[in-house]
Amino acid sequence: MRRPAAEPMIQIEHVSKYFGAFRALDQVSLKVNAGEVLMIIGPSGSGKSTLLRCINRLEVPDAGRIVVDGIPVTNDEAKINAVRAEVGMVFQRFELFPHLTVLENICLAQQKVRRRSRRESEQIARQLLEKVGIPEQADKHPGQLSGGQQQRVAIARSLAMQPKIMLFDEPTSALDPEMIKEVLDVMLALASEGMTMVVVSHEMGFARNAAHQVVFMDQGRIIEQGPPALIFGEPQHERTRLFLSRILQ
Amino acid sequence: MAVEQDQIVPSRPPITWRQGLADVPWWLLIILAIIVVMAGRIIFDPLYRDIFTTILQGLGMTLYVTAVSFVFALVFGLVLGLGRVSSNVIFRNLAITYIEFIRGVPMLVLIFTISFAVVPLVARSFGLPNNMISLSTRAIIALVLIYGAYIAEIFRAGIESIGRGQMEAARSLGMSHVQAMRYVILPQAIRNVLPALGNDLIALLKDSSLVSVLGVREMTQVARLSVSTSFRYEETYFILTLFYLTLTLVLSLLLQLLQRRMRPKG
Repeated sequence: MRRPAAEPMIQIEHVSKYFGAFRALDQVSLKVNAGEVLMIIGPSGSGKSTLLRCINRLEVPDAGRIVVDGIPVTNDEAKINAVRAEVGMVFQRFELFPHLTVLENICLAQQKVRRRSRRESEQIARQLLEKVGIPEQADKHPGQLSGGQQQRVAIARSLAMQPKIMLFDEPTSALDPEMIKEVLDVMLALASEGMTMVVVSHEMGFARNAAHQVVFMDQGRIIEQGPPALIFGEPQHERTRLFLSRILQ
Repeated sequence: MAVEQDQIVPSRPPITWRQGLADVPWWLLIILAIIVVMAGRIIFDPLYRDIFTTILQGLGMTLYVTAVSFVFALVFGLVLGLGRVSSNVIFRNLAITYIEFIRGVPMLVLIFTISFAVVPLVARSFGLPNNMISLSTRAIIALVLIYGAYIAEIFRAGIESIGRGQMEAARSLGMSHVQAMRYVILPQAIRNVLPALGNDLIALLKDSSLVSVLGVREMTQVARLSVSTSFRYEETYFILTLFYLTLTLVLSLLLQLLQRRMRPKG
């Protein structure tokens, strides 16, 4: 074990990120413990997605340090791939591979990265499809599925790598309202199993039921952070109050 | 007063004979009619038949040059195209330089230059005798080097047509850049560019006539040689035209069938 029990699963220290002259992240520091569900909320352009994408280095921070499960996330390609295999990511637009069937989508990285046999990976894939409630869709192509089903396949695809951490980047914002619940139910089940999760989303129901910590970001900074009851009940900052009043209407 | 809800009627208008006529692919029928008329003359007119069988002797070479050039141009074009989108400054600029160089020079000039200047130069530097490389091989080398540049641009466009999210999804699963390219990006990119590649195959078939200037005995060269002794310009060139027209038509129909079969599901 590289990581002593007391060390956080994700440690973000003074991370800054610029897009040209635009400051997307400004000296952000954050810790996520093992088994914790952390939710990041904030207006668009506040840097929440950028922060999430820095954790598995889809974005390269301009300053600061990120350590995931004891591995410092640096430019070292081998280490980045090691971190990425431990960190699942779910995207707003699902990003399933349209040329592969649902089953192949879930098997590809298992075989190419984890070096599992075809048989083993398919067995794992079918178990996970069962878990996310769509075992009958295994042989279809992503384009034949509803948005909610596609997102559940995307979650299964990440889980197949047996990650220690799952990152969710607005997982329900591209979905029709009637499909949001089926995705949130899968996420709730994951949270109750003790998965470490970082979720960028405005789903207040999920925040109340599953989140341990809620982080409010604005203009690239963490404005406040605390348990959901506190953030939603008695926000300390005016900006948080203003934002919550807008999205809770 | 309540307005009564209109009954919902299926709103497909009846197909009129006017529309039916407009939808007929007349261009295809006209071309087919021309081919049929010419075929009739070839069957019944001994002179036409003679010229037809003469040009037919070049058909094999035309198809051979086209097929071999296309296969190697695909491989070369893919390598160049990957270089073109590479994040490595050196690879990218080498690829761009090559592509722009080729695209900036007329094909006929390139065929001369490659066959009579580049190939002998390279052969000499390897200590090989100049005449060891046959003219048909030089023709193929020239077409591969030229079409590789055109096909590279097709692959580049195909790779760039795949959203960034696909690469990110593959990388976030721990795949390396090469794995993501091979298993996620390229399969989609290649399927997207199949129609464009098909067009280039047809263009290559037509441009293979240019290598007649090297004396390669493909259809155009055979026709030119025949004319130089028979002086039957009209008959010979009409039949040569018919050959190319029929080949490109058949090829494009075959490609359409292939594409229909490879259409993605959903």
